Amino acid sequence: MNAVSGAASPADGEHGAMRPEAHFRCVLRLGDTSLVLGQRLSEWIGHAPELEEDLALANLALDLIGQARLLLAYAGELEGHGRDEDALAFLRDATEFTNLTLAEQPNGDFGHTLVRQWLLDSWQLEIYQGLIASTDARLAAIAAKALKETRYHYRFSSGWLVRLGDGTEESHLRVQGALDHLWRFTPELFAPDDIDERMQAAGVAPSLAELGPQWSRRIDADLAAATLQRPAAQPYPWHGKRGVHTEHLGHMLGEMQYLQRAYPGARW
Amino acid sequence: MSEDWPLFEVFIRSRSGLEHKHVGSLHAADARMAIEHARDVYTRRQEGVSIWVVRSADLIASDPQEAESLFEPARDKVYRHPTFYAIPEEVKNL
Amino acid sequence: MYTQALDIHGKDPVPSADGERAQLAERFQARIDAEERIEPKDWMPEAYRQTLIRQISQHAHSEIVGMLPEGNWITRAPTLKRKVVLIAKVQDEGGHGLYLYSAAETLGVARSELIAQLLAGTAKYSSIFNYPTLTWADIGAIGWLVDGAAIMNQIPLCRCSYGPYARAMVRICKEESFHQRQGFEIMLTLAGGSPAQRAMAQDALNRWWWPSLMMFGPSDADSKHTAQSMRWKIKRFSNDELRQKFVDTTVPQAQFLGLTVPDPELRWDEATQHYRIGAIDWSEFNAVLKGNGPCNRERLAARRAAHDSGGWVRAAAAAHAQKEPRGAARAA
Repeated sequence: MNAVSGAASPADGEHGAMRPEAHFRCVLRLGDTSLVLGQRLSEWIGHAPELEEDLALANLALDLIGQARLLLAYAGELEGHGRDEDALAFLRDATEFTNLTLAEQPNGDFGHTLVRQWLLDSWQLEIYQGLIASTDARLAAIAAKALKETRYHYRFSSGWLVRLGDGTEESHLRVQGALDHLWRFTPELFAPDDIDERMQAAGVAPSLAELGPQWSRRIDADLAAATLQRPAAQPYPWHGKRGVHTEHLGHMLGEMQYLQRAYPGARW
Repeated sequence: MSEDWPLFEVFIRSRSGLEHKHVGSLHAADARMAIEHARDVYTRRQEGVSIWVVRSADLIASDPQEAESLFEPARDKVYRHPTFYAIPEEVKNL
Repeated sequence: MYTQALDIHGKDPVPSADGERAQLAERFQARIDAEERIEPKDWMPEAYRQTLIRQISQHAHSEIVGMLPEGNWITRAPTLKRKVVLIAKVQDEGGHGLYLYSAAETLGVARSELIAQLLAGTAKYSSIFNYPTLTWADIGAIGWLVDGAAIMNQIPLCRCSYGPYARAMVRICKEESFHQRQGFEIMLTLAGGSPAQRAMAQDALNRWWWPSLMMFGPSDADSKHTAQSMRWKIKRFSNDELRQKFVDTTVPQAQFLGLTVPDPELRWDEATQHYRIGAIDWSEFNAVLKGNGPCNRERLAARRAAHDSGGWVRAAAAAHAQKEPRGAARAA
């Protein structure tokens, strides 16, 4: 057992061979990130700054949870142990969740939520665009659908980043503060680990090392339009992808999973 | 007052439609946001392929008080309708 | 329904010496009688305008506040499918509020003014949303009973005399159809589930039945304003008629679920072909309307918190818009 990753290390096999375990994990990570982010957004419903924004945030949540359903269902099939989307969503503990650490960060104020959203929307733009060329046809199809949604999400979040960054002095300070706080979670977005590398070698997933600079250029352009400063690099290595999370995820899952845990085996 | 967003009127052309129809209004801070809000509020059930938004303040409407003089005179000009003209059936393509 | 505390005193038309106003009022009533639609810029009695503003805005406020009891269970929905369905439903409710505020604004009042009245506690909204959602079964009960009651009221309003309101209602009714079905489906699943789930469903029905009946408002004998609203075709059926229709439709559904309606006096009247119900406790209804229901404070507090904490966001967007040339839309 690898203490850091929390997962069994697949034995090294032929170069480029696709391990079923790695394939399962690759899809699971995408599903978990969408699920956790969707759950966070759904907390806003009924509490947004304006009625139209309530509908917009609900729309984001619906798209992301929809992505999660497709990805988790597929991951369960790849795993081959009979776990469906709900078994994966409601019956795994925090150490088994493989979402990016950034996704589980609390909503904070609207600015905080928007910065988190914009960072992940721009990440998803690169990832889903890259996945369209996947040798895994099913994953490519999911990515193609998700990409259309992500383009709209990115339009929404980048638009708000500019409005808030270049709005009032108060809004500028709030989003700069949010950016300074959340920036430390961004290295994980494009830092490849052994699973990423295996999937890239198999043609299933794009190269994170190549996508990273593209993402970075887009970020810089948006920050300039929003009159915001890119924070300094903060090298702490987060391992959400490997099941090592912040304290926030446990609380979020406690709330999300409660009914299935309180009534084991019930049909809903 | 500095928090208020202006009112926009929304027109949607549906997939099967030929013209944009007025569907209602919403508030937005700017034009880009107005399009997004219109999309989120009025096209969730695949109703739309095209959205127009106009600031309500810019929409000019005819005055119902003038409806009589604006619209009644057209009523008796039946010669504008094709059915007014008697063409023998044997003549094609008219 | 959404106008249980409607009060139009003090807004009757001022009699005019020159008779012009009386003539206009006569012509106005004639249009209504002929089932013509009244549109925003048409002449209308001031009382008609004010009644509509209050009725439409109370309906809008109800939709917005109504997002809260159901929103309470979004993060805890027991499956991903139930979660997305609930999010979509609550999103629709927000949308309905938007359509209705939009209709109210055509009558010359700003949405910000209506919201201010709601948050100040001076505007009314439907009593039903002041009750708590204590279990997942409450989500089923709300969809089945509360949306069921709302549909009874909303369908006739599609033919209301004021054009923008009628068109908003047509849109709302189209979207409403899945709301009730998803609620009933939840109840069906629970009623056919484990003993604990069946008990959960019965408990929810016990708590939501009477408040749902109260949604229709007091008996028309006790409601002063029904007659005028009926004449103006703002109200198409009486409270009692709608309530009776709701009972007749819903009791067989409860029987199908195998659940017991919490009314020991409920019985089928063969002679009239209607269900007879026990006495409604109107003192509870009045207490809730006055602000002393289980959740009145929490609902308003939540709306105030959302509004207040969002002030800087709205201000920022408005400020940013001033910086851009008018009409500019940044490319996606």
